[in-house]
Amino acid sequence: MKSLGSIRRDFAPWNDPNAKPYIQFDNVTKKFGDFTAVNNLSLTIFEREFFALLGASGCGKSTLLRMLAGFEEPTAGRILLDGQDLRGIPPYRRPVNMMFQSYALFPHMTVENNIAFGLKQDGMPKPEIAARVAEMLKLVKLEQFAKRKPHQLSGGQRQRVALARSVAKRPKVLLLDEPLGALDKKLREETQFELMDLQQSLGLTFVVVTHDQEEAMTMADRIAIIDKGEVMQVATPAEVYEAPGSRFVAGFVGNVNMFEGRIARGEAGSASIDAGNGITIRTDNAGNAAAGTAVTFAIRPEKIKVSSAKPAGAVNAIEGEVYDIAYLGDMTVYHVRLDDGQVVRASTMNAARITEDPLSWNDRAWVSFRPDAGVVLTR
Amino acid sequence: MSNAAVTTATSSRATDAGKSALARLGAAFVGRLVIIIPYLWLLFFFLIPFVIVFKISLSQTAIAMPPYTPALDFRDGISGFFAQLRQLSVDNYTWLTQDALYFNAYVTSLIIAAISTVLTLLVGYPIAYGMARAPATIRPTLLMLVILPFWTSFLIRVYAWIGILKPEGLLNQMLLATGIISQPLIILNTYTAIFIGIVYSYLPFMVLPLYSSLEKMDYSLIEAAKDLGCPPTSAFWKITFPLSLPGVIAGCLLVFIPAVGEFVIPDLLGGSQTLMIGKTLWNEFFANRDWPVSSAVAVILLLLLTVPIMLFQQAQARAQEQDK
Repeated sequence: MKSLGSIRRDFAPWNDPNAKPYIQFDNVTKKFGDFTAVNNLSLTIFEREFFALLGASGCGKSTLLRMLAGFEEPTAGRILLDGQDLRGIPPYRRPVNMMFQSYALFPHMTVENNIAFGLKQDGMPKPEIAARVAEMLKLVKLEQFAKRKPHQLSGGQRQRVALARSVAKRPKVLLLDEPLGALDKKLREETQFELMDLQQSLGLTFVVVTHDQEEAMTMADRIAIIDKGEVMQVATPAEVYEAPGSRFVAGFVGNVNMFEGRIARGEAGSASIDAGNGITIRTDNAGNAAAGTAVTFAIRPEKIKVSSAKPAGAVNAIEGEVYDIAYLGDMTVYHVRLDDGQVVRASTMNAARITEDPLSWNDRAWVSFRPDAGVVLTR
Repeated sequence: MSNAAVTTATSSRATDAGKSALARLGAAFVGRLVIIIPYLWLLFFFLIPFVIVFKISLSQTAIAMPPYTPALDFRDGISGFFAQLRQLSVDNYTWLTQDALYFNAYVTSLIIAAISTVLTLLVGYPIAYGMARAPATIRPTLLMLVILPFWTSFLIRVYAWIGILKPEGLLNQMLLATGIISQPLIILNTYTAIFIGIVYSYLPFMVLPLYSSLEKMDYSLIEAAKDLGCPPTSAFWKITFPLSLPGVIAGCLLVFIPAVGEFVIPDLLGGSQTLMIGKTLWNEFFANRDWPVSSAVAVILLLLLTVPIMLFQQAQARAQEQDK
């Protein structure tokens, strides 16, 4: 298997055994009354990393961020920042800044004064504050809005003011709580790249909380997938997508087809999986799962080919009936109902404008995939 | 041919315009009516009574029914009415400036009202703040407790303070019993008693607007301030307090305005020697039966209070602007 590394070629401190972790969650538990928001969780984040905490709402990802900012104290465990235990340090003494989901801009202050707020707290000399504010306004392209109040700005402009305010103090770590949640799709996509550029140019460590997997995949060096207060997997976007560690992760990130079965015959790495109803799947990615183990075979829709005739020489080919077709312009999604009733989702890029041999509803069709296309999950 | 068609089209359009103009006129009338009703209300319940009081303040006291002249009637026709109008004078206002009693009463009232307002704010702000930060489930109960005293007559509640504050009253008995003091404190019939009475009676008018402005404040603003390096006390003065200013102004004016003209509290708790304009007004009206002078006192009081009322309205407008 080729490398499933970082999008930044030279940046992978998590693979370096000598790299010093910058932020460390050590067996952190947080309870609110009877409810356990974070359950014995451990994580390491490295300096200059763009780290995403991805999970459904209520999974505890925001609580992690709030503990890092100092608004909540862990019930058990400890959080280290650059080797220093953060317990007992109030938010106003922590070298981290947060960009709030609601932006939390001070409504009675101008854009300028919002950005200057943290700098004034630090007792920075006035000329320096003015220079830094000007620099920040330039960075977020809001120079002509300096004297406006937050309620005179659009949603996108407010987001940028919040961002400018939170990076103005040059914090060691910038925490972003659903930073793009309130923006519309187009603006969100543009802003994702702006955030990445900003992180690169300022050289800060970013920890972003999001429920939007696309957002996490686009921006982050590594993603931690959180469920019910526990870490399910920490990996690069490519790893999370192509080599998910569990059924939950495979199902949570992107679309996936899953076949339940048992390892029938295991060789070095490759295996046959008996998925019942006469379906046998041959795969190269069985790892060291022993024969007889109950496994899930997971395969992404774009790795499945749909054709009207059985492809010659295909290792895995299963017959079924076209059940649904969704034409999305850039690609077409086929839902093929196999003879055992299971529906397989397959997507094809529409590289050519006109397809020969187009499939239609209720046509007999074959789904086929290569032996290295899917992954075998035991959890 | 085409010309005719155009004419027809034009005329039909004109008819449409005529119809819609009529409809518009009707709609405009209904729209006006909606505005006219509150103005009529103001006319009958504010402007006309005020004009009557103002007219009496320009009259002379007389032993008659009503106790002033001229009474302004049409018994002698229009010319008689105008002859009566000419009898009106500003003598009563001149009189108010000549006797230091009135000036002192106004000044004392304003000072007492101002001090009481500040005291009420000091007592009310922590209460409102505590209520706004209380768990959402118990807030309605707390709100209810603030409004609860209104269920008892204001007069009875002020009377009750006599029982508490008098030399042999509850407060002194308690303090003597616990040995904190050896001599009963003289509180009743002093300015202190007036302050206590006003702060107690007007506290809900301070707490409610403060609460409503503090309650709608987004708590993440405080978190943001702390996050940017601001300790809690400083965050209060830089964020919470400025954002609650509309509530502070509303509460202060709701206390200050009625406190200036307060009569019951100084009369019952302040004793006979307190000089407040409400009491002076009462004396002129009921003891001296001098309606013209007391009307003049009332008109001046109203003018004095117009300034804070205008400030109040400006603050309200600004608060609405911010909400947008």
